Amino acid sequence: MTIFADLGPHAGFILAAYGAAVVLVGGLGAWIVADYRRQLRLLAELESLGVKRRSSR
Amino acid sequence: MQRFANPTRFMQISDAVMPWLAGLTLLLLAVGLYLAWFVAPPDYQQGETVRIMFIHVPAAWLAMAVYTLIAAASIGSLIWRHPLADVAAKVAAPIGACFTLLALITGMLWGKPMWGAYWVWDARLTSVLILFFLYLGLIAIWQAVDDYSRAGRTAAILAIVGFINVPIIKFSVDWWNTLHQPASIVRIDGPAIHPSILVPLLVMAIAFTCLFAVLQLLSMKAEILRRRVATLQAGRVASAIQAQAAG
Repeated sequence: MTIFADLGPHAGFILAAYGAAVVLVGGLGAWIVADYRRQLRLLAELESLGVKRRSSR
Repeated sequence: MQRFANPTRFMQISDAVMPWLAGLTLLLLAVGLYLAWFVAPPDYQQGETVRIMFIHVPAAWLAMAVYTLIAAASIGSLIWRHPLADVAAKVAAPIGACFTLLALITGMLWGKPMWGAYWVWDARLTSVLILFFLYLGLIAIWQAVDDYSRAGRTAAILAIVGFINVPIIKFSVDWWNTLHQPASIVRIDGPAIHPSILVPLLVMAIAFTCLFAVLQLLSMKAEILRRRVATLQAGRVASAIQAQAAG
């Protein structure tokens, strides 16, 4: 992994840019997955109480 | 097209497509990052900082493309009342905001070593900042208005009016004197970038586009489920009130 040592005087800027990409896109992805799972759980809870959509009755 | 407008049908199709799309995204990201870090040479002028371009440019492209998608979905929502159009427009806003913020941050981190400044109020940077604020405005409307239908109409009008900013971003480097470099890929006389840098950039751009598609599909599924949950909860409350009134 010598490339990381060879990034020159601006290595901090390059690594910070990729770090920002990981944090922002990774955070967005994690938020979307968590939201999807939460909605699945809420729907399952309602269905377990006998509340069903008209189409599934 | 109308048969795909059915949310249940959309859920079935996206369930089938998602694993393949996610796999393709991971593969393209792996190949793109390998090319960007281990194959692409340093730029003769910018040196190693050119590696920032491999995330900055795809993020900036997506920032504009996602807003274009929102504007198109907004037209579909307003005119044809397409069942999935305002779902697509709503969930694309936070994703577009994220890619716009990434373009701004990576641009600042690229600008400091190249220009000597993190930020300049030139036409390109300012118009992209306005795009970010437009995204925040769309998110704020969806958060502030409880009624999906009213929120959708209001957000759609803002999205369509705000679309004027997209060509301004694209042509800002031609219309005004800016510190930002002019277009170097989408040009009438062909790309001005050497293939050794252009190929990794295009692979990363396709990877980012696939990543957006994965996030958009999953987010649309979550939104459809949220609306089903809200409908069921409202129905449950209505049934309880009716039962209480009858008793």
